[in-house]
Amino acid sequence: MGDFFTVSVLVATLASGIRLATPFLLAGLGETIGQRSGVLNLGVEGVMLLGAFTAYYVTLETDSPTLGILAAIMVGLMMGLVYAFITLVMQAEQGISGIGIYLFGLGFTDLLFQKNVGTPIPISGLGDIHIPLLSDIPKIGEIFFQHSLPVYVAFALVPVVWFMINKTTFGLNIRAVGETPEAADTLGVSVNGTRLITILIANTMACLAGAALALEVGIFQQNLTAGQGFIAIALVYFGAWRSYGVMLGALLFGIVQATVLQWKTLGIVEGATASLTAMAPALLTIVVLVIVSRRVAAPSALTRPFDRSG
Amino acid sequence: MKASKTRAIASAAAAFALVTTACGSDDAADEPAAEPPVETEAAADEPAAEPAAEPMKIGIVAPSAENDLAWSQSMFDSVNRVGEGRDIEVAISGGLFVVEDAAAALRGYAEDGFDLVIAHGTQFGGPLQEIADDFPEVAFALGTSTDFFGKDNIFAYSVDAGQGGYVNGVMAAQLTASNVIGVVGPVPAGDAKLYIDGFVAGAEAQNPDAEVNVNYIDSFGDVQLASEAAKAHVANGADVLTGTAQMVVGATGVAAEEGIPWFGTQSNQTDLGADIVVSSQVYHWEIVLEQMLDKITAGTLGGEAFVISFENMGLEMEYNDGFGLDASVRESADATVAGISEGTIEVPAGE
Repeated sequence: MGDFFTVSVLVATLASGIRLATPFLLAGLGETIGQRSGVLNLGVEGVMLLGAFTAYYVTLETDSPTLGILAAIMVGLMMGLVYAFITLVMQAEQGISGIGIYLFGLGFTDLLFQKNVGTPIPISGLGDIHIPLLSDIPKIGEIFFQHSLPVYVAFALVPVVWFMINKTTFGLNIRAVGETPEAADTLGVSVNGTRLITILIANTMACLAGAALALEVGIFQQNLTAGQGFIAIALVYFGAWRSYGVMLGALLFGIVQATVLQWKTLGIVEGATASLTAMAPALLTIVVLVIVSRRVAAPSALTRPFDRSG
Repeated sequence: MKASKTRAIASAAAAFALVTTACGSDDAADEPAAEPPVETEAAADEPAAEPAAEPMKIGIVAPSAENDLAWSQSMFDSVNRVGEGRDIEVAISGGLFVVEDAAAALRGYAEDGFDLVIAHGTQFGGPLQEIADDFPEVAFALGTSTDFFGKDNIFAYSVDAGQGGYVNGVMAAQLTASNVIGVVGPVPAGDAKLYIDGFVAGAEAQNPDAEVNVNYIDSFGDVQLASEAAKAHVANGADVLTGTAQMVVGATGVAAEEGIPWFGTQSNQTDLGADIVVSSQVYHWEIVLEQMLDKITAGTLGGEAFVISFENMGLEMEYNDGFGLDASVRESADATVAGISEGTIEVPAGE
């Protein structure tokens, strides 16, 4: 254990935890906005895969990660329109249709990858941005200020999302349609209009999360996200539908994952113990979910379609 | 009421469309029979007029893509090499990491009358035992496995992956300046464990001062974890890396970014980093596939286990000319291969 508590290893572990937390955070923040308006999307994983493949493929073809991200945003908006059509216009059951979106994303990205790329070809990602002055602060700079653009964007969005939900009229509308859509409707708030916007935001952020992942590792392969979208949904509950809570959950998950990786690397945990330790992030999430679910209620209208005719 | 009924029908149709579209990419999982077998080039070149026997039909079920530069590609490339000398038809269902989907594909190939159905993944062993009982006239193969479950229609195949691991380890120990080497593995089982155990033994035999840190990330598919594991190795001073299984594409990215030499296994991984890949241990499954096909032709459908190794030419070290490996290191690698083949160097066989 002694090797773990050296400054360089701790710094590397925390920096790794922040990188690992980023896709969870981006997807989780988007899903928070969606769920606060009463829309559950279990298809986050599939949308992340679509974003990851899009960013990867466009970057591969154009050698421009920026174009890759922009293309992923476009796909996110398109998937948002698709999901809005399914849930708002067709009023389909959200859980089932979300699973459909997930399966679509999983299968479609694999199909596109096999047909258009085939063998995994590495791409050059976004590269790290060293924030002037801040990145020079010993240790602190290495942990917080030497990351790629999506990392900074994800964490910068936390207060933005908090402000939007809690301090703006639009945020008030989101909360209203997520709690009592009928009352919001009588006050002149467009329930489905508000939900359409939150769905677009949520899907775009899920695509961004996938793009961040693909550009961070510089590759794509089948099922690249490996369940991260589902964990992001769990982290929304973990964070009690609050942006800072989601950030805390994502960081906890990422840092525990990074710690376990370091322990394995240093041989601190081995064999069956290592496998058991690898479950720590998931177990931690379950425990906190149980605690949170007893103390904080989900938005009242979550998963409930709104039909003015009743 | 009418509107809601219409809406319900429309939403069901939309959901159905989504799901069917999703299934479209790996329809082989559900209906492998519908996918026409891919005729190999060699088979296509056979004289059409020859009233030869029907080509042997081989169905392959693999957990990852057939061009993953790792596990699944090793079998795909091997079958192609078999096709250069035999009249065969091959159908592949790749990307079936969900065992239930793989089981459906295995059953589909058997129902469709394939002569040899290959379950290319240890994890498929459970369902294969049941499926093999239902199709006693079909030959199955399971790898990596040394156990054919006492069934006379299952061949088992495996690889002495530790041999190439040992050779890579010998070279890695000579390339490291920091004396710290990092290894990224999936789970401590199968050929991954054999490779890594062999690698560690080779590195330690060559350079007793070398510290080989092994990190099993408990996943075959999590590319980001593999990437972070590689970064953890680098943070701990590793200046040479290796790894095995399909998620290593995350780790090779880190090696390329840091300019760190990478040693590959299963397939030739030079495409993952033309400047950093030193060598790759390549599996030549055709060595055992040829034997299986001969036995099937002779009427034996299973009940035997095969192993590929340097001795039977089932393993080969392939070097990346673009890396510029020092001649003395290459000579030591060649000598190690010869020593293993002749039995003068003993490689740990794993637990």
